[in-house]
Amino acid sequence: MTDLTKLKISEARDALRKGDVSSVDLTEACLAAIDKADALGAFVHKTPEIAMAQAKSADARIKAGDAPDLCGIPLGIKDLFCTKGVPSQAASAILNGFKPEYESTVTSQLFDAGAVMLGKLNMDEFAMGSSNETSTYGNAINPWRRGNDDTALTPGGSSGGSASAVAADLCLGATGTDTGGSIRQPAAFTGITGIKPTYGRCSRWGIVAFASSLDQAGPMTKDVRDAAIMLEAMCGHDPKDSTSADLAVPNFEAMLTGDIKGKVIGIPREYRMDGMPDEIEALWSEGRKMLEDAGATIKDISLPHTKYALPTYYVIAPAEASSNLARYDGVRYGHRAKLAQGDGITEMYEKTRAEGFGPEVQRRVMVGTYVLSAGFYDAYYNRARKVRTLIKRDFEEVFAQGVDAILTPATPSSAFELGKQHTDPVEMYLNDVFTVTVNLAGLPGIAVPTGLDSQGLPLGLQLIGRPWEEGDLLNTAYALEQAAGFVAKPTQWW
Amino acid sequence: MSIDIETAARVAKLARISVEEDALPALAQEFSNILGFIEQLNEVDVEGVEPMVSVEPMRLKRRKDGVTDGGMQDKVLANAPDAREGFFAVPKVVE
Repeated sequence: MTDLTKLKISEARDALRKGDVSSVDLTEACLAAIDKADALGAFVHKTPEIAMAQAKSADARIKAGDAPDLCGIPLGIKDLFCTKGVPSQAASAILNGFKPEYESTVTSQLFDAGAVMLGKLNMDEFAMGSSNETSTYGNAINPWRRGNDDTALTPGGSSGGSASAVAADLCLGATGTDTGGSIRQPAAFTGITGIKPTYGRCSRWGIVAFASSLDQAGPMTKDVRDAAIMLEAMCGHDPKDSTSADLAVPNFEAMLTGDIKGKVIGIPREYRMDGMPDEIEALWSEGRKMLEDAGATIKDISLPHTKYALPTYYVIAPAEASSNLARYDGVRYGHRAKLAQGDGITEMYEKTRAEGFGPEVQRRVMVGTYVLSAGFYDAYYNRARKVRTLIKRDFEEVFAQGVDAILTPATPSSAFELGKQHTDPVEMYLNDVFTVTVNLAGLPGIAVPTGLDSQGLPLGLQLIGRPWEEGDLLNTAYALEQAAGFVAKPTQWW
Repeated sequence: MSIDIETAARVAKLARISVEEDALPALAQEFSNILGFIEQLNEVDVEGVEPMVSVEPMRLKRRKDGVTDGGMQDKVLANAPDAREGFFAVPKVVE
């Protein structure tokens, strides 16, 4: 079998079970592809020895007839996940040299299911960014280019390495995390599928915390079926995360019938932004038509507080980050600054954090500190939490009107040039305009590639579902995927 | 709202991030831009609205307040930049 790395998870699973291919073959093929793809900056810590050991035991397990869906499937793991004995530094210099003594719940579940870890994937530092440019490892690069133009484009962020690796067929799937759009925006920029489940579906234990009330893990895969398979393995109740939901996890793949007759799809008028490119507008109308043709009822809806989602997010996320990142003090792990004669513990903290955190992380920690400081807590933080209640209420009201899922663009543009959007941080924040509402409301959201723009770059649409109904959402996404028939792949240049 | 240099310095101090004197004006300007963006929230009528505590209504699980794990001093200290005699080592804290 050639081009093993191009297999989807579902195809590889079936081939493994039939004995047409071994996990060792698949893993070797991926490791070889990874070694040739350093130009993409996707894999930042390679773990070939762990991968080969896991592949061998997966093969034994498959032979013994005990093979969960992910048994023997080679995956990439975002650097935000703590993986035992393997560098896990959230792409930050402040965690240089950190090797956790424990395994995150999500990666434990994946490895218990027999998945193979190829290595750790690039990302924005502490998942703060939308272009993978804040990483201490350097940029991850999008495998897609504008035709013959060799300008390096962003794979999006923060899960940029995951997106780049999956789109370039370096692995069969990857973990991502999503606090404001960090799975869905990079998925859309690279022509792959990414789902953020309902808040509480995946345990956050062992995932480096950014904004705890918004963070969720999810899969980034080559299609919707693979997302269903991988999500099921990642979900489930975990006593070590008090916000993890004690709910049964359905067989998501079994719910992919493609039948969406009678489903009601909402189109929110507030997502039609001023200055939105015509191509995005057209993509959105096409998606609407595709779902209508598949038998869904289209309903125009209103989510009136949409425009306040980004400012709300940029109070709540930095506030939580300033608190979560207080632990990086140069005492227990990671970097400690060299101290001058006479420096005390305060200088140690201040120098360590100035050296260890990059500019965007410092900015957000300080903004968070400010909005939580005495005298501003009510004006900023409490007000933002109240607006967050209103944003969630908007969704509750449309779901109460019988809407099953909401269709929106995933991003306001296709992948942009690296190094372009640095002058104003607020401009970069606008990347998350369509995705951030979903995190604030705790809902499941999925990005599905549905077309190419005039420059030949992928574009995606987002579907937003009811809480805990990822199965139904995946099925709607599956119907959209079938109708769109997106099969384009980047031309290999790396 | 415009943030002055003194406020920027105070926030940096509270956040325990050392910022060079000459970097403060640019930092203050960035804060002002970001806070200007956030100030749109003042347009929203939030009278009588409860601030969100938990995005999905759920009661946090309770557990017995008991010791379930421990006895791994070496693992706890394994990543410390400076550990001595079974402790984290830090610069002198008390004169």
